[in-house]
Amino acid sequence: MNQAIHTIPLDWYILLSSILFCIGVMGVLFRRNAIIIFMSIELMLNAVNLLLVAFSAYHNDAAGQVFVFFTMAVAAAEIAVGLAILVVVYRNTKSTDIDVLNRLKG
Amino acid sequence: MTVYLFAILGVFAILSALMVVLTKNPIHSILYLVLTFFAIAGEYVLLNAQFLAIVNIIVYAGAIMVLFLFVVMLLNLNQETEPHKSVLRKLIAVIAAGLLLVVLVGSLKGADNMSIKPFSQNTGLIENLGKVLFNDFLLPFEVSAILFLAAMVGAVMLGKKDIK
Repeated sequence: MNQAIHTIPLDWYILLSSILFCIGVMGVLFRRNAIIIFMSIELMLNAVNLLLVAFSAYHNDAAGQVFVFFTMAVAAAEIAVGLAILVVVYRNTKSTDIDVLNRLKG
Repeated sequence: MTVYLFAILGVFAILSALMVVLTKNPIHSILYLVLTFFAIAGEYVLLNAQFLAIVNIIVYAGAIMVLFLFVVMLLNLNQETEPHKSVLRKLIAVIAAGLLLVVLVGSLKGADNMSIKPFSQNTGLIENLGKVLFNDFLLPFEVSAILFLAAMVGAVMLGKKDIK
């Protein structure tokens, strides 16, 4: 186990989290349902978390993993407020389509 | 062996992440996202970050996804009510994400001599993380408690039917 972790190059982890992040970006641009867009944002946050943990393990620094812990806390708070806003939006427009929300358009 | 595990978990994570975006039914999207989170937790275990693997499963796959499922079922969303974008906008989304991936991978090419320290087994264990968290990051830890209180109050206020 001591040597096992370094059999995987760090680049592979960077590549994997880049791909996951780009799938998240694609989800935000691809879908109109606000809940799926929220889930894509979660996916992007998780890609960044994976990258932070990989760097933390390869550089032997626990601060990166503590930072991931804080990211998870902030993500949980964000989702609680975001879903409450979505429920209010649904109550007013009877839809979670983000293209309905264009009243700020000039 | 570790390489195979990494590859299997990575392919699994990418495929289920793609299914999150591509499936029509929001409930299926949520279930695929749970699968993605489990694959990412597996990668954490490979990186010897056991504490974060467990926290990832409890917080994301447990708490956050249940919240999502409740909201989707509360709003009664399903395949019929799902809004659709035009093919052109979907194509633009795929091209934009692909270009971003090309830029990220291209920037990776120049950074090939990153210094890697010898592996220490107890970096990601809860004993070591607890020491770092409560010595160096005590103030952010307390501030995050206030953040949770604010988020809780905000969610309750938004959820009320009529605010007097």
